[in-house]
Amino acid sequence: MLNQMTLSFAIIAILIIAGATAAMTFRNLVHCALAVAVAFAGLAFAYLQLNAQFVGLAQILVYVGAVAILIVFAVLLTRGGEAAEKKVFSASWIWGGAIAVAVFGVLAWAIQHSFASQREPLPEAGASVKQIGTALMTKYVLPLEVIGLLLTAALIGAVIIAMREEDKSK
Amino acid sequence: MTPLAGYLLLSAMLFAIGLAGALTRRNAIIVLIGIELMLNAANLNFIAFWRFGPNPEALTGMMFVIFAIAVAAAEAAVGLALIIAIYRHYKTTAVDEVNHLKG
Repeated sequence: MLNQMTLSFAIIAILIIAGATAAMTFRNLVHCALAVAVAFAGLAFAYLQLNAQFVGLAQILVYVGAVAILIVFAVLLTRGGEAAEKKVFSASWIWGGAIAVAVFGVLAWAIQHSFASQREPLPEAGASVKQIGTALMTKYVLPLEVIGLLLTAALIGAVIIAMREEDKSK
Repeated sequence: MTPLAGYLLLSAMLFAIGLAGALTRRNAIIVLIGIELMLNAANLNFIAFWRFGPNPEALTGMMFVIFAIAVAAAEAAVGLALIIAIYRHYKTTAVDEVNHLKG
């Protein structure tokens, strides 16, 4: 059981890390968008592995279904996929990479030395869709309404920002 | 290594990759993808702590992730709209060429 668990975890981890690394290093923007979709799908599998079925399916619907497609549309509208750029990385890429490595080092050190990660896992933890729905309609009903308002505002705002500007000189 | 530590290390690795991409790439769309990866790393942390934490029946971590996914979707829509607007104005999406406040 534990061996199966570690094997599937290793496969999911390799999928996520490979997808993310490819998305950050490929030159062609369309390839980057496809690689990040792979990383998002790997995260959805990780959520399913962690017994969070609802979140895993929401991840597939929102990220693989919507955000990845949105990124492809943005690449097409900005003509980024036509020709590979000459310079992919910015001039100060050494500093950026060093900061990222330092952040990972600090996080890994903290995880290895925290007592929370030493604790043995609980046998079973899960949440049915019914439980989530009840919680959303009772305890979390106000955040749910606020999220609805936020999505409406973001929809209108995105359309207004991306709308073609009228020529003011006329 | 306990499963929780494994998931936390995976999430830290994903965060570092996203941070490296956001700091080093020139294209604004890739910078936005890096930010999305960092948000996803935080979500993975929430789910791992919810699954292996002391009272999973409270559903706190899971609710946080559901709301974070909704906010991230709104953020991606507005961010990509901004990139399209900037491209229309400057004819480029390289973040180091967009350096005028009133261009």
